[in-house]
Amino acid sequence: MADEAHLVEKSRIMDSARMKRAISRLASEIVEENHGAKDLYLVGIRRRGVPLAERITDKIEQLEGVRPLFGILDITLYRDDLSTVGASPIVNRTELEEDIEGKIIVLVDDVLYTGRTIRAALDQLMDFGRPKKVQLAVLVDRGHEHRELPIQADFIGKIVPTKQTEIIKVMLKEFDDVEAVGIFERPSE
Amino acid sequence: MEKPYRRRDLLGIRDLTAAEINGILDTAENFREINAREIKKVPTLRGKTVINLFFENSTRTRTSFELAAKRLSADAVNISVSSSSVTKGETILDTALNLDAMQPDCIVVRHSSAGVPHQLAKVSKAAIVNAGDGANEHPTQALLDAMTIREHKKKIKGLDVAIVGDILHSRVARSNIHLLTKLGAKVRVAGPGTLVPGDFQHLVDKGLEVCPHVEDAILGADVVMILRIQRERQDSAYFPTLREYSIHYGLTNERLDLAKKDAIVLHPGPMNRGIEISSDVADSSRSLILDQVKYGVAVRMAVLYLSTGGSMVSA
Repeated sequence: MADEAHLVEKSRIMDSARMKRAISRLASEIVEENHGAKDLYLVGIRRRGVPLAERITDKIEQLEGVRPLFGILDITLYRDDLSTVGASPIVNRTELEEDIEGKIIVLVDDVLYTGRTIRAALDQLMDFGRPKKVQLAVLVDRGHEHRELPIQADFIGKIVPTKQTEIIKVMLKEFDDVEAVGIFERPSE
Repeated sequence: MEKPYRRRDLLGIRDLTAAEINGILDTAENFREINAREIKKVPTLRGKTVINLFFENSTRTRTSFELAAKRLSADAVNISVSSSSVTKGETILDTALNLDAMQPDCIVVRHSSAGVPHQLAKVSKAAIVNAGDGANEHPTQALLDAMTIREHKKKIKGLDVAIVGDILHSRVARSNIHLLTKLGAKVRVAGPGTLVPGDFQHLVDKGLEVCPHVEDAILGADVVMILRIQRERQDSAYFPTLREYSIHYGLTNERLDLAKKDAIVLHPGPMNRGIEISSDVADSSRSLILDQVKYGVAVRMAVLYLSTGGSMVSA
């Protein structure tokens, strides 16, 4: 986004060490809840959910000695705002090489806000088959008061109550210079 | 950053920049995965209407556009000339205005006269996609050819591409020449003197070469693109007989041996086996004719998505 450079960081809520610990905890919670890594299938939502899902997958492999399945969802074609954004967002590839039938899918995204991205991801997932269960893991939950759909996360790195004017940025070394989570705001005119 | 694709109408390759062409190809690349799914449908264009307005016969292209629209959940309506009001005396413009009044989001048009899609684009509120206009352009064919080449050669820049056959009447050749030279390939065309137009001089400095003999064009080529001999034009005496054409210009294994060892063969279809291409070549592993058809659906999905969505921005 063109104006992202002008955003002002109000506060930093996680540095790289805290992010690492949050990811480790998410991994342990996922295996604890599902009694191990059997049938586990982690699916990252593009863009920033993908490296997060990869890191959780690595961590689960360390914990359990088995590597869960891993996939990628691009939800662009399932968005509900295509006619209102006035432009066609760039389409990237969905990569679900392994059959999701009967698997425990853990969707992974960086931030849970309105819930609309997750709705799109669920719709897309169902077009690929019938998983046994679908769970949601996010690094940051902005609080349920922002939700526009009845969706909540099963595994949460950190709950950060925010105002609508604020923007949460999860910065990852795959895309950004730093590894951190910060609250940003547009400078007042 | 390069200027992304921001067009509504796709009228020809001639108007596009290399960045815009690559933008469409990259988008199409990502639509391929949908066609490999068990449920080959996404909800993206739900509620949008696509009209396929074909004034000329076509099975492959029309089916391809129809499937592309349906796999994106758009409603597709097909109108062919035999069932249209044009046979009752209505002008093309009136037909278009009437269709427009039904508020479609996109009209895919094929016509035997060059420029018809451009005329419709001026009056229609819908996005116009050219599915072939006379001997002018067939942009989605060139895009799917480029996609096939990219898939097998991993690049287009610097490749030697031979285009052989009836260049004069071929919109496929024109769109391909524009696309391939814009992306940095060297294009060599060859065919009977009567079927190679003389007005290609302006393209020569952009990387086009007109070869006197078919062998010169094929020699060392990475890609050999064979054009269909339009048998319906046989009365016009561009060449004496089909048999003679086949002897002098048909792609046989012997001629193909002049190309690079890993050369690939493309044909836009429908093929005349034993005339412009021998069955040996058509059925060999070097022939990618069915891949072209496969990628055609993804390319048309990308074009419909970009045309009805407005423009392309990063999410």
